[in-house]
Amino acid sequence: MRRNWRQRITITDLVVWGIGIAIGAVVVIGTIATLKSGKYAPSTWVDLSIKGLALGGVYALIAMGYTLVYGVLRMINFAHSEVFMSGPFTAVFLANYLARTGFLDRQPALSMLMILLLSMAVSMSIALLLERVAYRPLRTAPRLVPLITAIGASFFLQYTFRGLYGSGFEAYPIPKVLQGSIQLGTIRLFYTQIVAILGAVLMMIILYTIVQRTKMGKAMRTISEDKEVAAMMGIDVDRTIAFTFALGGLSAGAAGILYSLLFPVVNFFMGFFPGLKAFTAAVLGGIGNVAGAFLGAIIIGLLESVGPNLFLDGLGIPTPSQLKDAIAFTILVFILIFRPTGILGERVAQSKA
Amino acid sequence: MRKQVLYVISILMIASMILAACAPAPAETAAPAPTEAAAPTKAAAPTEAPVATEEPMATEEPMATEEPVAAECTDAIGCLDIAPGDPVHIAYLLVVAGPNETLGIDSRNGIEIAIEDAGGEIMGHPIKFDGEDGGCSAEGGQSAGTKLAADPTIVGVIGTSCSSEARVAAPLLSSAGFVIVSPSNTAPDLTEAGNANNYAGYLRTAHNDQVQGAVAAEYAFNELGVTRAATIHDGSLYADKLQQVFAENFTALGGTITGQEAVDPAQTDMSAVLASIAAVPPELIYLPIFMPAGGFIIRQAKQTPGLENTALMGADGLFSPDLVEAAGDDVEGFKVSSPLTTGEPYDTFVAKYNAKFGTTAPISIFHAHAYDAFNLIKAAIEASAVQDADGTLHIGRQALRDAIFATSAFPGLTGSLTCTPTGDCADPNIAVYEYHAGEYPPTVIWPTQ
Repeated sequence: MRRNWRQRITITDLVVWGIGIAIGAVVVIGTIATLKSGKYAPSTWVDLSIKGLALGGVYALIAMGYTLVYGVLRMINFAHSEVFMSGPFTAVFLANYLARTGFLDRQPALSMLMILLLSMAVSMSIALLLERVAYRPLRTAPRLVPLITAIGASFFLQYTFRGLYGSGFEAYPIPKVLQGSIQLGTIRLFYTQIVAILGAVLMMIILYTIVQRTKMGKAMRTISEDKEVAAMMGIDVDRTIAFTFALGGLSAGAAGILYSLLFPVVNFFMGFFPGLKAFTAAVLGGIGNVAGAFLGAIIIGLLESVGPNLFLDGLGIPTPSQLKDAIAFTILVFILIFRPTGILGERVAQSKA
Repeated sequence: MRKQVLYVISILMIASMILAACAPAPAETAAPAPTEAAAPTKAAAPTEAPVATEEPMATEEPMATEEPVAAECTDAIGCLDIAPGDPVHIAYLLVVAGPNETLGIDSRNGIEIAIEDAGGEIMGHPIKFDGEDGGCSAEGGQSAGTKLAADPTIVGVIGTSCSSEARVAAPLLSSAGFVIVSPSNTAPDLTEAGNANNYAGYLRTAHNDQVQGAVAAEYAFNELGVTRAATIHDGSLYADKLQQVFAENFTALGGTITGQEAVDPAQTDMSAVLASIAAVPPELIYLPIFMPAGGFIIRQAKQTPGLENTALMGADGLFSPDLVEAAGDDVEGFKVSSPLTTGEPYDTFVAKYNAKFGTTAPISIFHAHAYDAFNLIKAAIEASAVQDADGTLHIGRQALRDAIFATSAFPGLTGSLTCTPTGDCADPNIAVYEYHAGEYPPTVIWPTQ
């Protein structure tokens, strides 16, 4: 028994564990050192956490696209970051028009709704088009083929939008009512952050209900169990998969508008980093799992926002903010070392085995 | 059947790629060919030539113009013979696409006007003017520099736009034997004596950031009355060096630097870095960076507790109409240090610029420097090249370099230009500008006239 245990542990395991423990130690020591130094007031941490939550909510909506598609097709749709970009980058022209005519400030709710709907519609159309043109013909191809296609489609879309709208930056107008903040004790909340968090939570509840409670959601879950059997049971597989892409596109379009409220500048490359983070979040939470994507996205958002100052400042590392992406991805490595299927991944892995 | 279709499509695809690869470079503005080979004898008369022609090195051919020059090349790093009617090829390596494109396009516009003012020709030869986008990054500079260095017809390169491009492109272009004149590189080490990054044949008409950083520090300390400042750079050569010069000068004046932070150029969320600065609140944040990071910092600083009223100041990298767009109302009161060009010849130039490009004001700040860069190269060619009776032009690459480095009191748009042995040709005049919401260009606030 004892020998068995020793045989099973390889050098690779030891190295991996060593890395994991080192990352954990750096995080703990850095946190203690930062908190001890007292450089930051408690309210700073609250502010950063709220920003992180808002960002995490947006990541969660993008992550839905990755995780839903993975759930039904077992493929990673790397072009999803461009689905995310297409919505707000198109809607900015409507937003600018509304701002010029003054309609945006007279009727902020109605204009924001119009902008949101346009963004969602564009993102959904792009997602559907992508599925029809790039992925459906390759559904029976080996797994790597659609993956590479997705990367190609991503570049194609990026540079198509660059060609359409130019490579410059477009500023998003923000309605006057959303500019400003409210003070709750020592906590300051910006209206845009409140809208982003509430919007993301609302969208998540809607999506979760669709997946869990509707007939179409049931069909999606059935396909993710077994495509052939689902088809034999009379489920229209093509339609359901298209529906999945549409759902992912809709949530990406909504995420795009919320993101543009937080960072009101858009350009053709804006999808890349949020897309990467959302994908990371989906993996972190356990890809294919809706609740996991949400949890993973909130964790990534918080880590990115609080992490640099909390972990690295105390260690005396200069300019920690430049390393914020590194932190997010290092934590991903750390978690995957100890939970290779992601935080909520096990349940899915078992049920689909 | 399907296979055949696929076959045809793939053939078409390959063909189109080949065609695309062979297409002429975009934005080529070859000047019209001269209608007749006027073949003027060499314009060597130093009374008119603005470049002081102290006789270049011994490697140079004798300046006798009557005798046909021998075919063999005696120049140390190579010769270029331009047959009658063939163009003199001058290339640019500027950022003409992407987030910082206005910087490079503006410079290219300046060069195009300079070419027009030269009548489209140098010593009876038409001018061929084209180039590459450098993307304002080291990677872009590398690929554009490699491409240009492979073209032996190029006499000189005007560029780069950004110091990061120059760091990798300058060695490539220098070893190809070109003269390189940058209209907007400002990082100090590119022209520092003995520095490994100061390459042979590299000059600039832009100011050195030793000057700009000092002016910014002086303005902040003496004029704004600020004693505590923080800096933010983005890891680029330009930003890192400039904030360092600012910090040194600011400390020397008696101020305190509360923090020197850095962001990533592609970063959107600046809350962590701003929280870190707000922990020891300064009175001024100096951010000599680029778009879009600059726009994000300006917006988010106003939302960071403790920094709502902190003065923000940038440098010439943020002198851009895109900033007004990206930062919205928060741009109000944002200050930048930038060169100030004045004078009657400059006003004439601006009128031409606006007429030619349909603008109400030049879109960035280094157009006049680019105009001067072209004229320096032109004057140096005229001073150093040897012309045969039939119009053939012999340019010695080392002789050309010697001639351009010998430039003294050259009357340019940006002032009286004298090149130092290390390659600084500028007559710097740095001013501080202030942005107002929705307005471009910003207005000059210091020095007060």
